Amino acid sequence: SYLISFSFQQRIEIHKLRQGDNLILGFSIGGGIDQDPTQNPFSEDKTDKGIYVTRVTEGGPAEVAGLQIGDKIMQVNGWDMTMVTHDQARKRLTKRNEEVVRLLVTRKSLQKAVQQSMMS
Amino acid sequence: MSAAMDTESTYSGYSHYSGHSKKAHRQGRDRHKSPRSKDGSRSEKSVTIQTPPAEPLLGNDASRAEEGQDDNWGETTTAITGTSEHSISQEDIARISKDLEDSVGLDCKRYLGLTVAAVLGLLVFLTPIAFILLPQILWRDDLEPCGTVCEGLFISVAFKLLILLIGTWALFFRQPKADLPRVFVFRALLLVLIFLFVFSYWLFYGVRILDSKDTNYQGIVQYAVSLVDALLFIHYLAIVLLELRQLQPTFALKVVRSTDGESRYYSLGHLSIQRAALVVLENYYRDFTVYNPALLTASKSRAAKHMAGLKVYNVDGPGNNASGQSRAMIAAAARRRDSSHNELYYEEADHERRVRKRRARLVVAVEEAFTHIKRLQAEEQQKAPAEMMDPREAAQAIFPSMARALQKYLRTTRQQQYHSMESILQHLSFCITNNMTPKAFLERYLSPGPTLQYDRDRWFSKQWTLVSEEAVTSGLQDGVVFVLKCLDFSLVVNVKKIPFIKLSEEFIDPKSHKFVLRLQSETSV
Repeated sequence: SYLISFSFQQRIEIHKLRQGDNLILGFSIGGGIDQDPTQNPFSEDKTDKGIYVTRVTEGGPAEVAGLQIGDKIMQVNGWDMTMVTHDQARKRLTKRNEEVVRLLVTRKSLQKAVQQSMMS
Repeated sequence: MSAAMDTESTYSGYSHYSGHSKKAHRQGRDRHKSPRSKDGSRSEKSVTIQTPPAEPLLGNDASRAEEGQDDNWGETTTAITGTSEHSISQEDIARISKDLEDSVGLDCKRYLGLTVAAVLGLLVFLTPIAFILLPQILWRDDLEPCGTVCEGLFISVAFKLLILLIGTWALFFRQPKADLPRVFVFRALLLVLIFLFVFSYWLFYGVRILDSKDTNYQGIVQYAVSLVDALLFIHYLAIVLLELRQLQPTFALKVVRSTDGESRYYSLGHLSIQRAALVVLENYYRDFTVYNPALLTASKSRAAKHMAGLKVYNVDGPGNNASGQSRAMIAAAARRRDSSHNELYYEEADHERRVRKRRARLVVAVEEAFTHIKRLQAEEQQKAPAEMMDPREAAQAIFPSMARALQKYLRTTRQQQYHSMESILQHLSFCITNNMTPKAFLERYLSPGPTLQYDRDRWFSKQWTLVSEEAVTSGLQDGVVFVLKCLDFSLVVNVKKIPFIKLSEEFIDPKSHKFVLRLQSETSV
């Protein structure tokens, strides 16, 4: 059997959780055009300066919505996130007047190939 | 020896000593040189009564001064060889004879030069005025009227002469600080140049103007103005030749004192050898530590021991085989098991320790004395605020408490000759007046200072002789060596040229110092 790796896009809708004065999403991001792409452990291409999810809090809104560690965020509420600085990405995710953020993420997945033997 | 003395007399300053003192001086130097050859055979134990210092070092020692001197001297003079004994007494005689002829011989030469220069200067200064006035006096009626142009020229002549006067005064009329053996070449050249110049102007004036009674007064006045202009340019030339040319450093002179090897380097420009010698001597009094014959006794005693050990007997018969004898002596000396290096090491270590111990005691004693003064001052202030203690009284009050420690320290470092009780008291009251700390007071005694710091009687070096193979008026060159001798020691000067420096440039782009710091930050949202 084989292991095939491919990436697919997924739309994730996260409802922010109110904690005191802040609205939190429950995950951490890394990357950006002003950061060092070679230190990103999740990217396949080490020159990729996109925004990646580096941590997901357990039981937080992001985990509930289905976000996984290593996802690359392509869009936030329609705003492009592939060519932004780290701080711009943070700002776009933490707008105070938005309760819901809709992310377009790309995930790498490994799937076992269907065995030839199963066909026969 | 005679050959060396002939060389000296040709090139150094003997020529300007008058007859009788020359003989006395030569005799002095003969007597000074001869005992050296007999050094090895002299015994090491000789008690010398040196010329006593101005006052005995401690007041309470004065009562037993004679016995005190013997006791003290026994401690410090383990070996006074014949040389130092003779040089001290010889110096006195030489000093007396030189004082006599100083006032006669040197002044003549100096004043002759000065009068010639002054007469020439006066002549030169009055020449333009004479040029302008003579036609007015002699044929006033024939002269063409001149009007405003001439008056303007008169004003310019007046001011230029004033500037020339001030410039000459600033440049030439200075107190001569030294007397040099030969005449200044550049100064003489300039005087000759000025003389020729003025002479030619007078010649022209006499022939063309006086004889023919020229009526163009404006032309005459312009001629006088041109003379003054040319004189100003000669003055500029004088500044460049005499002052500016030697400012840029071209040579580095190494000066080494022959007795203890103390050396210094000085930077000079293009100077004649006699002027370079003058600069070296001026700096000698400030930079070199004072010459202390007492410090040389240790090495002299060692040298005497080397020589005194062996005597040569010629067994084979008459016949003075000098080279064979010296070879035999050297071989025997090499074979002898010499432990003098061991002695030297332990002696020096011992001396070092003793000096340090005494220095510690001295510093503590002086500090205690000074705190005592501060306490006294505070008390006096409390009692009667208007009354201040006289520093002299304060000095005398605390002096006995530190006198012993100071005397012991000076004896150990062999400086006791240079400080008398009176001078110490004076220095102490000076320090108290100026609110100095104990360390500032001790600075003068802890280590020997430059010659200028001490009393003139203790200098051992006032009359100098320049000994050089080249003529003393020739300029400095790379590799020239000359010697400045005084009675007890000499300064050997070695001239080296400062190398030609090739300096190149390297440009560093400021952008090469810029770095981009790439981060990897993680933000939680």
